[in-house]
Amino acid sequence: MTDHAHDHHDHPFEPKIVGFLCNWCSYRAADLAGTARIKYKPNIRVIRLMCSGRVDPAFVLKALARGADGVMVAGCHPGECHYLVQNYKTIRRFQLLKHTLAALGVEDARVRLQWASAAEGQLLADAINDMVEKVRALGPLEWPHKWREGNGLDRLEAEVTAEDARLGPPHREAVPEEVRP
Amino acid sequence: MSDAPKNGRGNGGPRVGVYVCHCGSNIAGMVDVAEVARWAGEGLPGVVVARDYKFMCSSLGQEMIEEDIRQQKLDRVVVAACSPHLHEKTFRRACANAGLNPFLFQMANIREHVSWCSEEKGPATDKARATLAGAVRRVAHQRALEPMAVKVNPATLVVGGGIAGIQAALELADAGLPVTLVEREPSIGGHMAQFDKTFPTLDCAACILTPRMSEVGQHENVTLLSYAEVEEVKGSIGDFTVTIRRKARYVKEDACTGCGVCIEKCPQSVVDDVYEAGLGYRKAIYRPFPQAVPKYPVIDTACCTYFKSGKCKACQIFCTPGAVDFEQRDETVELHVGNIILATGYELFDCTRIPQYGYGRLANVFTSLEFERLCNAAGPTTGKIVLRDGVTEPKRVAVVHCVGSRDTRHHEYCSAVCCMSALKFGHLILEKTKAEVWSFYIDMRPLHKGYEEFYHRLLKEGMHFVRGRVAEVTDAARLPGEEGKLIVQYEDTLLGRQRRLPVDMVLLMGALEPRADAKANALKFGLSCSMDGWLTERHPKLDPVATMTDGVFIAGACQGPKDIPDSVAQGAAAAARVHGMISRGQVLIEPVVAQIDEEHCSGCRVCNTMCPFNAIEYVAAETVSRINPAMCKGCGTCVAACPAGVITGNHFDNTQVFSEIEGVLWDAAV
Repeated sequence: MTDHAHDHHDHPFEPKIVGFLCNWCSYRAADLAGTARIKYKPNIRVIRLMCSGRVDPAFVLKALARGADGVMVAGCHPGECHYLVQNYKTIRRFQLLKHTLAALGVEDARVRLQWASAAEGQLLADAINDMVEKVRALGPLEWPHKWREGNGLDRLEAEVTAEDARLGPPHREAVPEEVRP
Repeated sequence: MSDAPKNGRGNGGPRVGVYVCHCGSNIAGMVDVAEVARWAGEGLPGVVVARDYKFMCSSLGQEMIEEDIRQQKLDRVVVAACSPHLHEKTFRRACANAGLNPFLFQMANIREHVSWCSEEKGPATDKARATLAGAVRRVAHQRALEPMAVKVNPATLVVGGGIAGIQAALELADAGLPVTLVEREPSIGGHMAQFDKTFPTLDCAACILTPRMSEVGQHENVTLLSYAEVEEVKGSIGDFTVTIRRKARYVKEDACTGCGVCIEKCPQSVVDDVYEAGLGYRKAIYRPFPQAVPKYPVIDTACCTYFKSGKCKACQIFCTPGAVDFEQRDETVELHVGNIILATGYELFDCTRIPQYGYGRLANVFTSLEFERLCNAAGPTTGKIVLRDGVTEPKRVAVVHCVGSRDTRHHEYCSAVCCMSALKFGHLILEKTKAEVWSFYIDMRPLHKGYEEFYHRLLKEGMHFVRGRVAEVTDAARLPGEEGKLIVQYEDTLLGRQRRLPVDMVLLMGALEPRADAKANALKFGLSCSMDGWLTERHPKLDPVATMTDGVFIAGACQGPKDIPDSVAQGAAAAARVHGMISRGQVLIEPVVAQIDEEHCSGCRVCNTMCPFNAIEYVAAETVSRINPAMCKGCGTCVAACPAGVITGNHFDNTQVFSEIEGVLWDAAV
């Protein structure tokens, strides 16, 4: 934890998670969770996009830079994309983003790709709860604070350099066979 | 928010109206709506009026918004209420009524996504604030958009000449509209043409189908292209260009009289795997069945003696009008239509995939389609129900339900028609033979009008019903009385016993499956398939025949297992949807599409490969890519992919999304 953490002293840490949900499956899954009165943690703030394929990695970085502790990208299951195959493009983009985030020292559990069909309200609610607990365990990300001048950016740079050295030359993570179009 | 604009009231910034709905107690019971409205009015940028109200969607609520737009000169509106999937249209309309472009409206979902899924009032109110802040920040950057009007070509293409396609074609043709009906096989009719009787009324399938076939074949407004397949589809709603390949029949349609002498004279007989389900024979030059529409025969080059050895030509020699033409080649036809209806049907489950039922190995195990031919008066046995030897009448018949359906190893879904077909078969066996009939079912599902009554009728007629799945069909006799019989090993789940039943004949009620090429076909027409392979409708309940591709509709069993009445209903429904669009003359297309700033486009073509709808065209002469707005579905994948950032996703552009991110994180420490 950084020195900044003392700001949260009086209250237990409540992670802020931004969810980018696709209009057709995952947003409707969240609608269904509501309609079915399935309760889940209030930490997610949902932004509706037409397709998970619209998620520019910059959106995820922007959310983290604006103080989110985690980001969920949710879409239709592979093979069920409303726009035929666009979520496969999400998968590829997401792999690259994760690689970049790992190099920046962002823990794996903070950024999550989740499939949920319009019928899977419970599954989405469970995934949100699971993510909230994992991010809670990691503590605040505090990117805005870290990136501010004199607030450990130099340390982060050193971390990044060390992480780069550990990872070696960049490589693409393999996309699992079953999700290839 | 360091870069947040100061509340822009009266400073020439946006003038936002915020409306927080109680939804009775649905929202107000969990979210402090009055406080949220007060907070928005005081703290959120550009908000000039913020109100809370019992039911925003009521006419009074809508009038309040409309009045504020006029009086307070609002140029942006945010309603915090239910899901946009429920009332976005309602409020967009209210905005339009008051002269505000509907795309300057934004909805914050604080019911489904906040009050209904939260357990504590404090955090729920906070979450509602964040959701609303996102919407208010975003709406300031939204731009007025106008839907595009596209002219609709009144011609329609119907793909698939089964009962659903025939119905759709006739509905449109009878309304005076031009229709092209494309069928892959030499004749229209589809599966229904193979059936004997139809449940539950037991009308003869041919008696009700063939008049419709000839009607569509002779209709002045219908162009029938049988023995033809769609190769390529270009364009979009209102103006599709379709390339169709007409396979060579080797018979000139304009010369052939359909007399059938060529068929009579052809010396080459082959097993008919399609129409007769492998039970009967046809000639190398053939029409699938006597009432085929069109009446012109085709030559099957794979078994024709002339095509194999260069000798014979019997058909040509005996053809008085000289219609047989061995030199005929496949032909390509280009067609312009405004709408497309797909009615491509289903296939039957390959029963050899369940080897323990013995199909293909034990002679007297039949598929349902084979049995349809067997009891058909026009079939290979002239309607006599006999064993594979062609003479012996069975004394006991087992009907096995759910072969490949309701089985997680094959298809999880229920095939919907097999229970009723099984009852129909039961009735026909009891009527035509002295055999006992035993049905092995999981659940009886006679779902529609008159179906339950038919089930009761069969109970009275003496058909035996056993609840339980058959484990195995074998010819290995173990007990006295089993020699020379097929033995059905089953569990009677009502008795909780394993049992064996010797029978003479087994009928397998195979599942209805998507066509093997369903996925490739879906891609051709820009549609999607479910995991099972059925074509996906736009909405499972409220829009069952439309698809995500405007101007392409689906009908019949290509969308999921369906019986004849349902297929006919869907064919008519799809035709009605098309007719509606043609009557209007033009369609309005949602302006939520992507646009390329061509001045800054480098022509790298990264976006071209992103689009599965072929909406992005590369203009080589100008080295830029261009998006056809009528074909773009607005997913935004190309927007996120453009390395130069020069593609804008209307209504979901970067500025709008970034502002929403800032809004939902208004309380995060920056």
